[in-house]
Amino acid sequence: MNWISNYVRPKINSLFSRREVPENLWTKCPECGTMLFHRELAENLNVCSTCDHHMGISPRDRFAAMFDGGIFTEVEVPQPLADPLVFRDQKKYPERMKAARNATGEKEAMLVVEGEMARTPVVAAAQDFSFMAGSMGMYVGNAIIAAAERAVQRKCPLVLFAAAGGARMQEGILSLMQMPRTTVAVQMLREAGLPYICVLTHPTTGGVTASYAMLGDVQIAEPNALICFAGPRVIEQTIREKLPEGFQRAEYLLDHGMLDRVTHRKNMREELVTILRMLMNQPPAIKGDLPAPEIKPVIDLPPPATPEAVIPEKAAE
Amino acid sequence: MNYLEFEKPLSEIEGKAEELRALARGNKEMDVEKEAAALDKKAETLLKDLYKDLTPWRKCQVARHPDRPHCKDYIEGLFTDYTPLAGDRNFADDHAIMGGLARFNDNPVVVIGQEKGHDTKTRIERNFGMARPEGYRKAIRLMDLAHRFRLPVITLVDTPGAYPGKGAEERGQAEAIARATQKCLELAVPMVTVVIGEGGSGGAVALATANRIAMLEHSVYSVISPEGCASILWKDAEKMREAAEALRLTAQDLHKLGVIDRIIKEPLGGAQRGRRETVEAVGKAIEMMLKELTGRKPDWLIKDRRNKFLDMGSKGLAA
Ligand SMILES: [Zn+2]
Repeated sequence: MNWISNYVRPKINSLFSRREVPENLWTKCPECGTMLFHRELAENLNVCSTCDHHMGISPRDRFAAMFDGGIFTEVEVPQPLADPLVFRDQKKYPERMKAARNATGEKEAMLVVEGEMARTPVVAAAQDFSFMAGSMGMYVGNAIIAAAERAVQRKCPLVLFAAAGGARMQEGILSLMQMPRTTVAVQMLREAGLPYICVLTHPTTGGVTASYAMLGDVQIAEPNALICFAGPRVIEQTIREKLPEGFQRAEYLLDHGMLDRVTHRKNMREELVTILRMLMNQPPAIKGDLPAPEIKPVIDLPPPATPEAVIPEKAAE
Repeated sequence: MNYLEFEKPLSEIEGKAEELRALARGNKEMDVEKEAAALDKKAETLLKDLYKDLTPWRKCQVARHPDRPHCKDYIEGLFTDYTPLAGDRNFADDHAIMGGLARFNDNPVVVIGQEKGHDTKTRIERNFGMARPEGYRKAIRLMDLAHRFRLPVITLVDTPGAYPGKGAEERGQAEAIARATQKCLELAVPMVTVVIGEGGSGGAVALATANRIAMLEHSVYSVISPEGCASILWKDAEKMREAAEALRLTAQDLHKLGVIDRIIKEPLGGAQRGRRETVEAVGKAIEMMLKELTGRKPDWLIKDRRNKFLDMGSKGLAA
């Protein structure tokens, strides 16, 4: 009945079929243990249908479900120096990067795109926890700056989905300097009078939380997401006591006044549209059955093998 | 004098010289001065040698040396009319961050810094320089005061990091740090920072997003402590030497990376061996940094600060 089920499903299905996930593959919900069909899980935006546990979702899958017709265009992010410190722990940093690129098919830990949500133009950025724990290095900083600049240029809002284990240690002080750099990006939006909505997803920690992820005009979190500066383990070691149930989870933060809302993933799109259209002083979006956009469901997309892969423009006509 | 682990050979020589002199004080017949002077000489050579090329891990140890001058020492030594201002108007006054109105070279300023304390009692009172949200919110309030009354802001950074505690998290540690950084970037007045000891991650950035940043020669500034980095990447906290090396956290490397503007020379053997000298050298650096910014228009100051951070990352280091 709604937009998502009508027009986005084919796209999601296509994503999964093209990866040739066998029909009989299951995922066990880490929270309640229910065995979930991959296909069913994907249709449910990686949320367990039994217990509502929100599992990780890739930026591409999230955007496919969020944008009208699953159509979005990537915003180019300036490439930073590859290995500024010539960092080496047990492995060399470039080796770790290569492994992350191979594992995810993405070039870095953040994807910036633009498109329309219920005909509302937005720029969106999402951090990819599966890419080196979503860690914030120079690329992520550049991505957020590029997203803000693009939003200012197009006079549209920025929606940012945060997820990170913290800073990219392999970039040392330069990763730390992304805290002020991304704060400058937030300022650009403020000065342009454009909304910046931050959606905190599981987990958002460290320097990411202590910069752009806490500076949204509206702060929304996904249910049960861990959101913190210092992680629970570090705190337990410091204060030598057990932390209360649900500590640093989205609902706990909501209770402590640190968030505006905790919103289920399946309602996120509609909620974002509702809020953004009010902040942008636009009339309400048409709800319910919208006429089909003049596009075919995007079924035969090439797989995102190259990091530059972009949804073809012609599909948006 | 507290000796660091790597200064142990030095402590033996200096100890011997001290012993000899103590003996001679008790026995007027004894003439030990020649012998003691020889030991002094030996000690000095060794000191020079030890400090000539400190490894990053040793620099971390020097940066954390308990006898180094701390924020309070700089405020007492360099400012007049210091009037501490307290509290975040919301929850508490955090003693890990001190600050207030003061005069620097007779000109009114706002000075803010982390204070670690110098003995057990004051260390506990100051929470070892690890601030809670109310500390950052106090800093925001003071920066705002400076902004409205057009006073330069001087910050002194010395913290292992923001405090990882239950209450701190509940009261929004991350948000407080983010807002403090944001406030730094909004200031229409000159802001200068000196890292005087440890620049510990986000807890430091919150007070260090300035137009000009200086570091003492043996201070460090890092995204994570070497011990923390070692336990995550090496899965072994004992690999802190390797981590300190890899993180490039020294003033010298940060200067090459374009993250800081100047390095303030420390006396031979580190700030702890020449506290007054160090305080004076920091004063000189603050004076020079402020000079570069005085007379600038509010917009220029904001833009200068923004561009400084936007431009970071264009320079890398060689292997
Ligand atoms: Zn479940």
